[in-house]
Amino acid sequence: MLKLDGCLIENGNFSLRADFTVETGSSVAIIGPSGAGKSTLLEAIAGFRDLTQGQILWNGKRISDLTPGKRPLAMLFQDGNLFPHLTVEQNIALGLHPNGRLSTQEQAEVQTALDRVALPGLGDRKPAELSGGQQSRVALARVLVQRRQILLLDEPFAALGPALKAEMLDLVAGLLAETGTTLLMVSHDPQDARRIADQTVLVADERAHPPAPTSNLFENPPPSLRNYLG
Amino acid sequence: MAGRAQPVSPWPGVGAAALVAALILGTLAAVALRADAAGGFGRADWVALRFTLVQAVLSAVFSAALAIPVARALARRRFPGRRALIALLGAPFILPVIVAILGLLQVFGRAGWISDMMGLFGLPPLRIYGLHGVVLAHVFFNLPLATRLILQAWQEIPAERFRLAAQLGCDGIAMFRLIELPMLKCILPGVLAVIFAICLTSFAVALTLGGGPRATTIELAIYQAFTYDFDLGRAALLSALQLALTVVAALAALKFSRGDGFGAGLDRAIRRWDGGAPALDLFWIGAAAAFLLLPLAAVVISGLAGLFEMPALVFRAALTSVLVATASTAVLLLLALPMAMAVATGRYGVLELSGILGLAASPLVIGTGLFILIRPIANPTALALPVTALVNAVMALPFALRILVPAARDVVARHGRLALSLDMSKRTFFTRVLLPRMRPQIRFAAGLSAALSMGDLGVIALFADPQIATLPLQIYRLMGAYQMQAAAGAALLLLLLSMGAFWLLDRGGRLHAET
Repeated sequence: MLKLDGCLIENGNFSLRADFTVETGSSVAIIGPSGAGKSTLLEAIAGFRDLTQGQILWNGKRISDLTPGKRPLAMLFQDGNLFPHLTVEQNIALGLHPNGRLSTQEQAEVQTALDRVALPGLGDRKPAELSGGQQSRVALARVLVQRRQILLLDEPFAALGPALKAEMLDLVAGLLAETGTTLLMVSHDPQDARRIADQTVLVADERAHPPAPTSNLFENPPPSLRNYLG
Repeated sequence: MAGRAQPVSPWPGVGAAALVAALILGTLAAVALRADAAGGFGRADWVALRFTLVQAVLSAVFSAALAIPVARALARRRFPGRRALIALLGAPFILPVIVAILGLLQVFGRAGWISDMMGLFGLPPLRIYGLHGVVLAHVFFNLPLATRLILQAWQEIPAERFRLAAQLGCDGIAMFRLIELPMLKCILPGVLAVIFAICLTSFAVALTLGGGPRATTIELAIYQAFTYDFDLGRAALLSALQLALTVVAALAALKFSRGDGFGAGLDRAIRRWDGGAPALDLFWIGAAAAFLLLPLAAVVISGLAGLFEMPALVFRAALTSVLVATASTAVLLLLALPMAMAVATGRYGVLELSGILGLAASPLVIGTGLFILIRPIANPTALALPVTALVNAVMALPFALRILVPAARDVVARHGRLALSLDMSKRTFFTRVLLPRMRPQIRFAAGLSAALSMGDLGVIALFADPQIATLPLQIYRLMGAYQMQAAAGAALLLLLLSMGAFWLLDRGGRLHAET
């Protein structure tokens, strides 16, 4: 269970309050107008932003003092999810061992991950030689070998076309189901939320509202969401 | 990104910056304490001060004034070889001063090409030594710099303005008044201030083409106080004067200049409709190219003849120069890379200041200070080569930081979060991400530093005894002994070494660089 306990995030004039819990294994979309603080919320959970007040707990343990790499989560950013000068295999291997070489068994694990995201045989390529969709698959393969309990997605598929994006979300949903990973996903598209997330957090008016069932939320939207949806 | 964690550690950079600041400020303090104020400034010192200012003003004015028509011609004409010519404008930056001087002597000197031609018509030969020789050499070095700066400003004028002016039917003069004059008013103070500051600390040019009581810069006077009189108090007093001058000039240059000394992206010609006289533009481009290329050609031609007359001393000096340049480049990278990384974390921008300190202190001032500091503990001449390598590295530091800092910022901004989220150690980030991503910039900075050190004739002249010499110093000694053939051969060797070092480090690496 992920608990945001009385969190306040401040940056200049910007402030955001969050006080809610997310059940283990659930998938949560984070939705709201642009500039409201969706990415900021994710960055705070990932450890790239300091909390002014409050704490973040995972299964009762305080994680908000840990550096980003020590938190039980993996994150995919809007861009820059792969090192362009490293091969696909090397990029995935960083998920297992960010600082060292892989054992034979771990190399096999990288190959399995490549197979799982349907990119067998492309391990020697550089990211620039791959399509946008293939690059996203490599990043997902790395998330897979990282074996973290929480996955944060900050619109990593925003640059893909609608069909490809849907394909990626389905792939993510499949991986989540296999591993029991908890998902928090920023999106500005209600379709994404409906496709993959059973719960939705609305970020608006300087507040991240507690998760509500996605279908209920969109059928009876509160005023701030109604303004956003138009 | 506001966050506690950083993928790189700022502390090595903070340490390096502290070291540089301590070195520069320490030597300056040594100079100030040792300055023999009781002696006061003599008549010769005031003459040196006046000459320093006059030659710097004249050099700045001539360089900038001549650069305007050249830059205008380059901005509005497109022709084959334009890119090569603009690239050539960057070459004087890494051209050893002594090599350029030999080339200029071969073209403009008493026994040079132009004097020979004038002799055919019964005219007396040119006299290059003195004020006009010093200014000529400074214009040779700074006309290209001025042209690049002005050309850049010219090309930054939005194309839409020219289109609008053309649509309104403005002719050449009206176009100049409407668009180009305001741009020049904006850029020229900076160009003048930068060249003035560069020429204030001129040593090698004044040493070879100046000299005598009437054509001595302060920098040269420091050297003379050292070598002729061994009067450390006077050298320190002159150093203090030089320091005051350079600090004021450096501050002025920083204030007026927009801070982009040399940059890429000069190959876009703006479409112009005012035409103008192609012949006039052709003249300016041709004259500037000849002015830059003839002395270089002279070095190559006379050097080829002298290549086989070089004494073994020259090869020993060449080896010394290669070693000094290698050490200097290594020291530079050890200082500049950590500093760039620390600045890239976003919290230590102040470190760049310690890099700029090198601009305020001239090589001979730092040299004087180091001499004063070292003498009580060790024999300064025994440390001539390490001191030269160190001072060269500190002098190259401001340029290296300008190249490395933006690249380091970019890498940290682009890949820092991913590395942190993968729990990558700072060490791994350095070796597996930062170094490979910054390789072009590191190679460029290293090439620049190696070429600058290879061609430097400054602090080595203070410290060296007759048994030891770098190649530039050896060339100067050969010139002093009127062995011009051998000097020409050695100059060609030095030219090849400097350019070769730059090419090897910068371009050679880029040939098989990873994308």
